[in-house]
Amino acid sequence: MSRLQVVSGKGGTGKTTVAAALALALATEGKRTLLVEVEGRQGIAQLFETEALPYEERKIAVAPGGGEVYALAIDAERALLDYLQMFYKLGSAGRALKKLGAIDFATTIAPGVRDVLLTGKACEAVRRREKHGGHTYDHVVMDAPPTGRITRFLNVNDEVAGLARIGPIHNQAQAVMRVLKSPETAVHLVTLLEEMPVQETADGVAELRDAELPVGRVVVNMVRPHVLDGAAVRAASGDHRDAIARTLASVGVAGGTRLVEPLLDEAVEHARRVELEREQRAVLDGIGVPAYELPFLGDGADIAGLYRLAKELRKQGVGA
Amino acid sequence: MTEKAAAGGLDSVPLLELDPLIDDRGTRIIVCCGAGGVGKTTTAAALGVRAAERGRRVVVLTIDPARRLAQSMGIDSLDNTPRKVDGIKGSDGGELHAMMLDMKRTFDEIVEAHADPERAQAILRNPFYQSLSAGFAGTQEYMAMEKLGQLRARDEWDLIVVDTPPSRSALDFLDAPKRLGSFLDGTFIKLLMAPAKVGGRAGMKFLNVGMSMMTGTLGKLLGGQFLKDVQTFVAAMDTMFGGFRTRADATYKLLQAPGTAFLVVATPERDALREAAYFVERLAAEEMPLAGLVLNRVHGSGAVRLSAERARAAAENLDEGRIVDQGGGKAELRGSPATKPEPSDLATAAAIPPTEAAPTAEPAAQHDDAVADTRTDSEQHPDMDVDVRMLTAGLLRLHAERMRVLAREQRTRDRFTALHPEVAVAEVAALPGDVHDLAGLRAIGDRLTAGRMPSP
Repeated sequence: MSRLQVVSGKGGTGKTTVAAALALALATEGKRTLLVEVEGRQGIAQLFETEALPYEERKIAVAPGGGEVYALAIDAERALLDYLQMFYKLGSAGRALKKLGAIDFATTIAPGVRDVLLTGKACEAVRRREKHGGHTYDHVVMDAPPTGRITRFLNVNDEVAGLARIGPIHNQAQAVMRVLKSPETAVHLVTLLEEMPVQETADGVAELRDAELPVGRVVVNMVRPHVLDGAAVRAASGDHRDAIARTLASVGVAGGTRLVEPLLDEAVEHARRVELEREQRAVLDGIGVPAYELPFLGDGADIAGLYRLAKELRKQGVGA
Repeated sequence: MTEKAAAGGLDSVPLLELDPLIDDRGTRIIVCCGAGGVGKTTTAAALGVRAAERGRRVVVLTIDPARRLAQSMGIDSLDNTPRKVDGIKGSDGGELHAMMLDMKRTFDEIVEAHADPERAQAILRNPFYQSLSAGFAGTQEYMAMEKLGQLRARDEWDLIVVDTPPSRSALDFLDAPKRLGSFLDGTFIKLLMAPAKVGGRAGMKFLNVGMSMMTGTLGKLLGGQFLKDVQTFVAAMDTMFGGFRTRADATYKLLQAPGTAFLVVATPERDALREAAYFVERLAAEEMPLAGLVLNRVHGSGAVRLSAERARAAAENLDEGRIVDQGGGKAELRGSPATKPEPSDLATAAAIPPTEAAPTAEPAAQHDDAVADTRTDSEQHPDMDVDVRMLTAGLLRLHAERMRVLAREQRTRDRFTALHPEVAVAEVAALPGDVHDLAGLRAIGDRLTAGRMPSP
């Protein structure tokens, strides 16, 4: 599997959860992964129920079989200061720059520079090696910006090319692009089986392909079991209300007659959803990207849920 | 018991009534804000339709809507101008206009309006300007504010409904004017322009030293051309800076004014409500008028008294062919109506493979375990009965899952309510599908204003 796994998706599809589950799955069996976030939302800390992540790689979870998941919230400003320190030995001059607002300027205002710094830090973690020569992290998983912005975010070369035509930021952008466009990277898009996210996923895949960025998988998240289908519900809403009421009574559910109608309403909604999901699945099939499927977590995405999703991903071939 | 306490807590939450809000002619601006993917744009559009059909002259300013939603209001073209939406019903002369924000176009228009043609061209061609107008983190937020100010100034509409950009964080929208302001007024920008402005003054010598060191470093880092582009841009924009700042401040004040109502939009999910809580606090800190919380995609049930546990247990009993002793036990059941044959086409309809359900004389050996389990019972009852049982078990399982979702949503909401018990809430029942047309938006509008849903 690619060493840099980028996870994007429409807002509300659970991309942070999927990224965390993927990091756990890839760490299973004694591996080490780094889970990075780039949007300053502290979504990872909230998910793992720990305090806010500092700009520092820190172990946040242990994976089955002795693996480790580290996490890092990349901060563009700190990344720039690190970077200046590394290349120019700036020392206190860095602080002076900060005081003058130059760092703020470079990271928030100068378009693209921020993205180069964020992706650059992730790529650095991908390439980093230990003294004995092995990679520090087997995989780096990035909780990336949403589908609508992902291509622009990753395609830093184009962004920066028009601005910084020479110099280290330019070179940095080139180096980052080499990693991002190689098979070392896979960009996954998380979706739900709903119209808008599926449409955005289709658009996102097309954009990534146009930019020659490597599309990994579509991750269909929150898939619900299909307990009943449309035909069953149609049949049930026919002449069988009495029979259902009696059956309910037979297993001790009181008030069967009054319950039949609301239960059937729920079933009708469910059947409609099943039908819509079928349609959306067909649209996804049309994109031609292999998919992972993750179940809906009835109790919400807590830590136990994350381990369950990680296990599910392993079953579907992650880390194999 | 905790469930009951939770329900009590929810009932005490004030109800957000949206019809009085949109009917009040004093309401001039409604801002929908919240995390990504919670249905902000849909909410804004649905409110726009409803307000127009209740007699308001409304313009909906949407930012980056999903294609189908834009189409549902009949706006396909990205031309940055409000277009009339056809098909609005209502007799009170209400109208709906809708537009999508084109941030680059909006920025260009400002430049064109405030600089002489030659200077405007110089700015528009500047590479730094081109990147800034298309990609600066915050440009979209700022331009949304700018557009809102413009629409309000035109005074053609008596209600403007605006949804906020899909930001990294919900706070970006409120920060935009200040951010742009502090950028334009920042020391750094001043320093960039310093050679021209403060060059000769003795007192500024120190600053100039700092400046050359800094431009030197940034020049190395970004390439010299980049800084030149920025300097040219800043010099060309200099005369407009005051205008930007003034308008940003004016729009900010407009948002604080009594005619404005903020709606925080969320879904009953942990992240969305956390963001909503954050936003509520921020609006209070900025003295922005919060009308309340719109909670989208809330699940309800008409059978809340049947708990998840009981429904699941009953479904398992049906699976196993067990009958619960309700006085007479099995003996009674055999004689009960439930055992009567039901003429039925359920066999093919229940979610089991037709070969298993079909009332044929296949040998039991070909059936899988689940069906084999029910065999003993079926020997006593006709096959049709098995189908009703499976169907009923399915209904019970669905209901159990629904109740589990309800309980989780309630826990999430309780957390929000505990933090902000004063915030009025409008619940919007979850729709099974997406919105495609005005009828769909109307249906959302009905749900928005339908009042409280039944809770466990």
